[in-house]
Amino acid sequence: MGQLAIAFVTMTLGVLACAGYFYGSNALLDSIFPSKNRPAEVIARNLRIVNQVRPWLFLGPALLLLVFYLFYPVVQSAILSFYGRTGEEFVGFANYIWLFQSGEFLESFRNNMLWLIVVPTLSTFFGLIIATMTDRIWWGNIAKSLIFMPMAISFIGASIIWKFIYEYRSGGDEQIGLLNALVVFFGGEPQTWIQIPFWNNFFLMIILVWIQTGFAMVILSAALRGIPDETIEAAVLDGASGLQIFFRIMVPQIWGTIAVVWTTITILVLKVFDIVLAMTNGQWGTQVLANQMFSWLFQGGGDYGRSAVIALVIMALVVPIMVWNIKNANAEMEGR
Amino acid sequence: MANVKLTNVKKVYSNNVEVMRDINLDIKQGEFIVFVGPSGCGKSTLLRMISGLEDISSGTLEIDNQDVTQVPPSLRGVAMVFQSYALYPHMTVYDNMAFSLQIAKIDKKEVDAQVRRAAEMLQLTPYLDRLPKALSGGQRQRVAIGRAIVRRPKVFLFDEPLSNLDAALRVATRMEIANLKESMPDSTMIYVTHDQVEAMTLADRIVLLSAGNIEQVGSPLDLYANPENVFVAKFIGSPAMNVMPCIVETAGENTQIKVANTFSINTPIASPAGDSGKPGFFGVRPEDLALAQDGEPALLEGEVSFVESLGEATLLYITVPGLEEAVISKQQGTLQIQKGDTIRVTAVPEKLHLFNQDEQSYRCL
Amino acid sequence: MVTSNKGSALNLVVHATVLFLVIMWTIPTAGLFISSIRDKDQLSVSGWWTALSASEQQKVYRTAGAESEIQENGVYVLRGNLLEGGSGEVTKFGISSLKPEAFAPGQEAKSRRDVRFKVMENGDYEVISEKSFRRGVRIFYTAEIPPRFTLDNYRTVMSSEGLGQSFINSLTVTIPATVIPILIAAFAAYALAWMKFPGRALLIAGVVGLLVVPLQMSLIPLLTVYSKIGAFFGVDAKGYVGIWLAHTGFGLPLAIYLLRNYISGLPGEIIESARVDGASDFVIFRKIILPLSFPALASFAIFQFLWVWNDLLIATVFLGNTEESLVLTGRLRELLGSRGGNWEILTASAFITIIIPLCVFFGLQRYLVRGLLAGSVK
Repeated sequence: MGQLAIAFVTMTLGVLACAGYFYGSNALLDSIFPSKNRPAEVIARNLRIVNQVRPWLFLGPALLLLVFYLFYPVVQSAILSFYGRTGEEFVGFANYIWLFQSGEFLESFRNNMLWLIVVPTLSTFFGLIIATMTDRIWWGNIAKSLIFMPMAISFIGASIIWKFIYEYRSGGDEQIGLLNALVVFFGGEPQTWIQIPFWNNFFLMIILVWIQTGFAMVILSAALRGIPDETIEAAVLDGASGLQIFFRIMVPQIWGTIAVVWTTITILVLKVFDIVLAMTNGQWGTQVLANQMFSWLFQGGGDYGRSAVIALVIMALVVPIMVWNIKNANAEMEGR
Repeated sequence: MANVKLTNVKKVYSNNVEVMRDINLDIKQGEFIVFVGPSGCGKSTLLRMISGLEDISSGTLEIDNQDVTQVPPSLRGVAMVFQSYALYPHMTVYDNMAFSLQIAKIDKKEVDAQVRRAAEMLQLTPYLDRLPKALSGGQRQRVAIGRAIVRRPKVFLFDEPLSNLDAALRVATRMEIANLKESMPDSTMIYVTHDQVEAMTLADRIVLLSAGNIEQVGSPLDLYANPENVFVAKFIGSPAMNVMPCIVETAGENTQIKVANTFSINTPIASPAGDSGKPGFFGVRPEDLALAQDGEPALLEGEVSFVESLGEATLLYITVPGLEEAVISKQQGTLQIQKGDTIRVTAVPEKLHLFNQDEQSYRCL
Repeated sequence: MVTSNKGSALNLVVHATVLFLVIMWTIPTAGLFISSIRDKDQLSVSGWWTALSASEQQKVYRTAGAESEIQENGVYVLRGNLLEGGSGEVTKFGISSLKPEAFAPGQEAKSRRDVRFKVMENGDYEVISEKSFRRGVRIFYTAEIPPRFTLDNYRTVMSSEGLGQSFINSLTVTIPATVIPILIAAFAAYALAWMKFPGRALLIAGVVGLLVVPLQMSLIPLLTVYSKIGAFFGVDAKGYVGIWLAHTGFGLPLAIYLLRNYISGLPGEIIESARVDGASDFVIFRKIILPLSFPALASFAIFQFLWVWNDLLIATVFLGNTEESLVLTGRLRELLGSRGGNWEILTASAFITIIIPLCVFFGLQRYLVRGLLAGSVK
């Protein structure tokens, strides 16, 4: 119970401190530059000053945190990548050279590319199919809710769930993993799925597809509903078949949303490491960049230089998406 | 209450686009002024500059003889009624009206008295505890007005307040605003609309704007009878005035013009001697064009290309050879004229309008 | 949707396909849940899908020896129950390993040494011998064991595997790490949406850019700084404040982005009206923006809650791996390593870690969806 009480007190203090800052700083500003009971010119001048200062009071904590937790680390990682394992001695491009000669890196890079192609494609594909079909049946919302559910499950929890499905029992023992049980039922030989070279990657990817399809489905479903009924009715009058309507009328109209879904999942794929860590820890040819970086950071005392290099590679992979995002956001702002 | 004075007011956006050009305007205390003009003319921008929601790039704005150019909105003593009403959706009608007074830390009893007085005035008392979403469009509009009233502002600003209402409600609310003005004869009101009927019925004076300029300021009838230029002539009145190109044949005390190389027209309008032989524009309102009796000389003559029967009136579209646009004539009642008939129209000389080649009226030169 | 005139055959296909997909998507979780409440002996020998059917088990039972024999009418008798009080039904029994199914219940079996065996369907047995039993005898039997569901697995993991402690840790991390970023982001989002100041567009672009920065980038530099700060103040570098701020920092770009989208979509005239009414930006924020943004705030709160609760990486790095500081995900990962074969432990633990997010998810799904849409659909 003592632990609970301490937890509760720390929680409350943390939240109060944050709220206190906003109240306090704004009250302070208003009392230094009052806007009541003063001559009009003074009030006008004070209000102008207040209006110039206040945005920074509002933004202050956010900016500080963003700079410290995201911006500064990017710069610092870039610098660290030129230093040795403790981050003290300068080693030039040694880490980069090591990286591109390391077989493990090539393997994880290849795997990452596979993930990047397979997971967004399958998630978006299933998401689109399910969104389309659930929109036309009466229990669609229940179906959606159930398919969306894995979103709430942690990667590590999902890994256990799926590890249980891939579970292998040797010899004549009864299989308790669903997949092997099915294989045996249809007369096949049970397999240790997560150890089959190359194909095991796909068994890991399925987990992320399982999680992300719900996300794609929800967003695409909203986009599909946003399509004006008139365009579909017009297509029906023009004699288009169901599939033609879907591919030539509906899909083109939600192309923008599909792109957003795709890129969001892509970014997630680049960051994902929990699944690999929990399922195989990169063994049997399933290493990916994020997990490789994690293991260089902690295992065997850690090597800051090398893991920084891997982090930079991940960063480099998201830069195009970042530029595209910023461009979109800017275009949108100008449209306002 | 207060007067409002704009001197050389300009508005330039950061990308150097000039949206208000050198506005000079003097609004007297207790006047009901309507800014009217086509969309994009800057009428709302001008109103927002007066309210303080938009900065004034250069020039000065005085309210109640005090320079308020740099004063923030809340200290200008203005209240604004927005097009979308801008009611706070999470507050009751009462709280909506009390909000500004509560912020000013006014005594609770005083706030209550003010709110109830305004609610009484606008017949909102039964709705004080409701949320805006539970009100009809007209009631929301009244709450928005009530919110302005409780502040006892020096100047009321209305930004197209009726444009979200349906036609019937619009007429009713228009009357209410007119009554409101009557009950508060000392308050200055500035009202923005794109609807000329609202402008004509409500305004003491109309300010007609176009592309960031004031085209004309005057009473509604003045704008109707004596438009200073072609823009004003065409904007006020429905259907719009027929304006057609012409040649000034003889300038002088009475100007002689020729339309479409055929029709010579003698107008009782003076023009400077130097304008003889120059092009100009001739205007006549559809309702001023009467059918010419047999033997009576015709102003214009042409073939009827289209007949619109409105019931109480009939619009005749007359194709005059040599003129690009059809000339419209509005006749009372229904007529037995059909498409293809050739008709002759005429008008009393006093109702004719004549503009020089810069589209300025000769009457007002 | 234009669906009315489609043939019922097509409709049937749609229903069937969706049903199939839904089953595909729910079976993994269902399997986990069912397994976690099964008896651990059954769990390790049969698939969870057999949980409802009785399982047939072949077992060997060794009776007690001389110490519990009773002398009755000049013979020695051993009595007891093969199933040890558990429910089930003995279908066959035998007295030698070569023929474990030789007799039906109720029959009497006689061994070569004239020992008589009698086994009833409910598992009661009677072994009668002329001489005293020196040691227990073996009875082979086949029994139909009905499905057994139990919360024992949960009791085990909550008490002995440290899951209770981790549960509290997870809560202590998650709640402030959800509330703080909302507060900070809401203020920033309002400033970016409705306040005028130089550099606003640049800041918005910056936030959008930071949206995609991989967390992994931040770990090394932050660890270094954290340990320096820890050393400077003479405190442990790994603590709750550190992880709250880390989660806040990492959650901010999305929070600001989502909330700004929402807040800038609020009708501008309302805010202008408040300004004309004399409200300062702080008052506008408190009295107008916060109440009106409730749906967006709620949806981000759910996001952040799920994300922090389910996070493994940041917790491992900033809170550490020690026994008393592990959060649920970390504990789960550890169990996966140390108790990898003990499915009764793994399934119950996994279900404990996902139960809270699942409740949050099903309870507040409406807001979650709304938030997702605010972020992605224009």
